[in-house]
Amino acid sequence: MTSPAGRPIRKRVRTPRPGSEQAARHAVAADSGVATVPRARPSLDLEPNGAPIRTRGLTKNYGDLVAVDDLDLEVRAGEIFGLLGQNGAGKTTTILMLLGLTEPTSGEARVTGLDPARHPLEVKRRVGYMPDSVGFYTDLTGRENLRYTARLNRMTDADTEIAIDDVLDQVGLASRADDLVDTYSRGMLQRLGIADALVKDPDVLILDEPTTAIDPIGVVEILDLLRSLVRDRGMAILLSSHLLNQVQSVCDRIGIFAAGRLIGQGTLDQLAGRFGGAHAHIEVAFEEIDESATERIASVLRGIDGVSAVSPGRTASAPWSVTVASSEAEAAVRRRLPVVAAEHDLLLVSLRPVAPSLEEIYRHAVARTLPADGGVQ
Amino acid sequence: MTAPAAPLPTERRERSVPHAGWMVVARKEFADHILSARFVVLLLILGAVAAVPLYMTADIIRSAASDASGGQAIFVALFWFTPPLPEALGQQGTLPSVAGFFGLVAPLLGLSFAFDSVNGERSQGTLPRLLSQPIHRDDVINGKFAAGLSVIGLVVAAIVGLIAAFGVLRLGVAPTPAELLRIILWVLVTIVYVAMWLAFGMLLSVVVRRAATSALVGFGFWFAVTFFGGLITGLIGGFFAPISGSIEQQFRNNAAQETLNRLRPDILYAEASRALLSPQVTDVSTPATVGGYEQAAQRIPSLLSLDQSFILVWPQVVALVAVTVACFALAYVQFMRQEVRA
Repeated sequence: MTSPAGRPIRKRVRTPRPGSEQAARHAVAADSGVATVPRARPSLDLEPNGAPIRTRGLTKNYGDLVAVDDLDLEVRAGEIFGLLGQNGAGKTTTILMLLGLTEPTSGEARVTGLDPARHPLEVKRRVGYMPDSVGFYTDLTGRENLRYTARLNRMTDADTEIAIDDVLDQVGLASRADDLVDTYSRGMLQRLGIADALVKDPDVLILDEPTTAIDPIGVVEILDLLRSLVRDRGMAILLSSHLLNQVQSVCDRIGIFAAGRLIGQGTLDQLAGRFGGAHAHIEVAFEEIDESATERIASVLRGIDGVSAVSPGRTASAPWSVTVASSEAEAAVRRRLPVVAAEHDLLLVSLRPVAPSLEEIYRHAVARTLPADGGVQ
Repeated sequence: MTAPAAPLPTERRERSVPHAGWMVVARKEFADHILSARFVVLLLILGAVAAVPLYMTADIIRSAASDASGGQAIFVALFWFTPPLPEALGQQGTLPSVAGFFGLVAPLLGLSFAFDSVNGERSQGTLPRLLSQPIHRDDVINGKFAAGLSVIGLVVAAIVGLIAAFGVLRLGVAPTPAELLRIILWVLVTIVYVAMWLAFGMLLSVVVRRAATSALVGFGFWFAVTFFGGLITGLIGGFFAPISGSIEQQFRNNAAQETLNRLRPDILYAEASRALLSPQVTDVSTPATVGGYEQAAQRIPSLLSLDQSFILVWPQVVALVAVTVACFALAYVQFMRQEVRA
């Protein structure tokens, strides 16, 4: 299955990473407050910094396929870390290694200070995990399912009942707790999954696609719950998702996964700075222009130094989108815009820089890292 | 580790209940089995199947018992006696004995409680959740096997108990202590035999991804062994060791064929139950030489004591245990090596 130690038999499914890329990656790591990783890496135990989840060079090969490649990850107490990535990018494999359910091919991980490959039981006692497409015993009630989990965690019967009522209340399932799981909807199953992960009172919560089937209002409730767990309990939460706006709204830091590699991690701003793309966007609106003015405004905007493209809004009064060729020129363009507007007797309504959305950052990041031939089948 | 704001999470954790992981799993599985429809159905089927030969046997034994002089080992005859077909059917022949029926149906019992034990968890999506709890991975399969074994023990013991009770009432003969021991030993061997099929079912549930497929494979295998096993071993035996040539040769080849037949677990069980249940059985194999045959023919029919009977079929019992262990070990290893993800 795996190659003998030291002799990687893996087939390169992508082009070797260029040195500049590597340097840039470490630069981002430094930005986000992670110590830049030296080439000769000491064991994680020698750098106790208290982050509940740390990995160093974590790698997992399945035969020729590199599922996770040289992963350095850190999730601190009191933060929500979002793992972004396509299906098959290695998110779930990473999570399984963090839980000690899969042995890494090389590299190491520490979860609550313990090596999950050596002390899986202790790690699993402290980590609440909700798998992707979580399942429950359909012939038992929600409460009975949670009771089983609590027993497996060796909780006493009295504690179990208190904890179960508690978590069911938190995820909003208290009224359906004694119905058979068979009658639950997908969204309710996911809520029960979160309750199941919480019932053992964990220090670390790992959620694999936690909100995919929950309705929009439910999602807000769940995300609020996660925030409060982090705030009040100082929990560390690692969640993987492909729902970008949810990740954007709830995560303190974000890691972008592609073809088994973490191609960037940091706060949204840090990622925007690195992956926002060469272009910057400015949104600008003018008052009461008629259709005939469209051409005129377009030529005026195009006339500004550094502007590479302009596109009008969908209606006459909707804001225009101005694309600036480089992000350095963005400030200059913004400074220049009111002046130009005044010169041409255009009445400015609004002017604001558009921060790249996570979706944009993500697209850019993946596009830049994966060459055209792609690393993902 | 985490922020001190956490309201004493460790305290709650430390006051642990001293239950090993496999016991928690076994407890849940046992409850599932007992409450399941298949438990009730199997209990009824097995009970009904045992009742038919029992009823017919009891009548015959009762009429025989009244004029039997010593009355030795009459009670256990309830289990091994093969009653003739009822005259109403107008056909000659015999029905299988109670023990024979057990041998026929017991595999169903074992397979039914195991064929979906692991792949069922997989298809329900509960396996990753289960394995992410603080238990060892083998706790899952050990617990499931323990639960299956307990349920099987319960079913077999209950049915045999019912038969024995019926026998006491109907025959008016109480079992002697030796007979009781024979029955208990036979029950244990029966449980081992069912456990073998349980382990086999569990192996299928680990290897085969879909529960329906593993059920089909399991029951197909049972069907093939039970109804075509004799045909297959007969063909192979007839080819390599035909009963022909000199008398010596014929005896030898007959013995070889018997040995070949013993590759079938149902034959092993049938031989074991025959010797364990009836003290009249002094030999489970036909002699391999002419001399041995003559000796056997001259032997005065006698009753074996329990330990003698047990020694007679010790190899069969050991073989059954070995097959059970091998099946379970294979299932265990496969399960430990499998990826968590489906």
